[in-house]
Amino acid sequence: MAQQVPLVDYLVLDEPPHLLAHECTQCRARYFDHRNACARCFGAEFRDVAVVGEGEVRSFTIVSFAAPGVAVPFVAAVVDCDGTSVKGNIINTPSDPDHVRLGMKVRLATYVVGTDSSGTEAVGFGFEPAQV
Amino acid sequence: MTDDVWILGITMTKFGKYPDRDIVDLAAEAARGAIADAGIGMSDIGVLAAGNYMGGDGLLGPGRLGQALQKQIGQTGVPVYNVMNACATGATALRTVLMAIKAGETDIGLAVGAEKLSGAGLLGSGGAGKADGAEFTPSGRVGQVAPLDGRIGTETMPGVFAQVGMEYTHRYGKGGFELFARISEKNHAHSTLNPLAAYTKRLTLDQIMNDVMVAYPNTRPMCSANCDGASAAVLVSGERLKRMDPDQRRRAVKISASVLTSDPWTEACQVLPDINTLTRNAAEQAYTAAGVAPEDLDLVELHDCFATAELVHYDNLMLCEPGGAVDLFESGATWRDGRLPVNVSGGLQSKGHPIAATGIANVWEVCHHLRGEAGDRQIDGARVGLAHVIGLGSACGVHILERAA
Repeated sequence: MAQQVPLVDYLVLDEPPHLLAHECTQCRARYFDHRNACARCFGAEFRDVAVVGEGEVRSFTIVSFAAPGVAVPFVAAVVDCDGTSVKGNIINTPSDPDHVRLGMKVRLATYVVGTDSSGTEAVGFGFEPAQV
Repeated sequence: MTDDVWILGITMTKFGKYPDRDIVDLAAEAARGAIADAGIGMSDIGVLAAGNYMGGDGLLGPGRLGQALQKQIGQTGVPVYNVMNACATGATALRTVLMAIKAGETDIGLAVGAEKLSGAGLLGSGGAGKADGAEFTPSGRVGQVAPLDGRIGTETMPGVFAQVGMEYTHRYGKGGFELFARISEKNHAHSTLNPLAAYTKRLTLDQIMNDVMVAYPNTRPMCSANCDGASAAVLVSGERLKRMDPDQRRRAVKISASVLTSDPWTEACQVLPDINTLTRNAAEQAYTAAGVAPEDLDLVELHDCFATAELVHYDNLMLCEPGGAVDLFESGATWRDGRLPVNVSGGLQSKGHPIAATGIANVWEVCHHLRGEAGDRQIDGARVGLAHVIGLGSACGVHILERAA
């Protein structure tokens, strides 16, 4: 199997794959990017916490028109993972309003985004419908 | 009274395509127009704030409009502030002049916003880039190894604001594609009366819903139109205005509130920009400062950069009860013959959205009605109005304007 790296550093490619948030030790605000301090309480200490891999679609859009090279259509969404909001695409289902609905239950899923010159695969994440 | 700041002169160019004119040409037309409208001269201007977001032809880059404009219309040596605050750039320029006057540095100042955006395409998109090729190397604040636009959500404005509207729909269980399209139908209908709008064609609901889908639920006519344009305003202190001619005093419009906010932290705000909280904060501050309640407003120009955005701002500006935006629209209140007309200019969806010009153009529209000079689209008896803009990132400007007594 090819060597794999995550598309972003907050995606952990363990079994099962999951997202890691930087949580402020003072006020528990959660972030996915490198932090200088907490935007909410200004504290500067964080701990990494695993984000629940199941959630509910709180908002979405179906992008049909994007920059050259971006494959369309795709569904961009905000998923509420047990109180932590996560940005991600809705995948493994058709990108139309009959298959993607507000409030639908979804779960984290990963897929190979591309391969670099040394054969390493980049693995991205999205959310797929939870019920079959 | 003496602390008040007034709009003495204000103008906007027609919004549209100007392939043969550069940004400074457009800014000069608006600035000279505002100075003439104010009944003063260039030598009376004590401060200049110039807004421009994209840079472009006629400039060496963004943030250089002010002095380039002076080179064409008058190098008087006064302080110049080049202002850039995303789509709130124009409102920020206006407020910069207002603050200089309030600080007592000058009696009269000029705010200008100009932009050339025709053919700019999708804003916000960092471009695609393939995930294949050179060795993956993590970079940036999330250690990404490939571009994220389209892989982890969307960076384009139509998609971001689509999610803003859909989130409201989800929270209150009302609304959806057709409702958003009907908001756009209203604004395009309003635009037919505005000779300065970039697009003045009335569109049916079917035409809007069946046009090219950009980012569901926003079709092309539900998105603000990229175009060129400029706007400018001359501001004066209340003290100085008292000594001016009766005609200048009659046409002057009082700035009863001028508020600028940024987005405070809320859960999810770094996942999907929260354009609601800072707008509500700005509105609350503005109503308090002006001593005006939402029901006192005769007209509102709000930042309908997308049809999905107009809906949430009904709520954010407290034009309805929390959660009541859909009901407010369904009541017909926001049409030009309704109880609280919103975007009688046609809004950004038809008037156009040349970024830095938008904030002052919204104020111009309100002033036009308060002065009773809006012709065919005049809202009769308008005494008080509100102009709102929002720049993603985020910045929100709210101005409440009142007719001279």
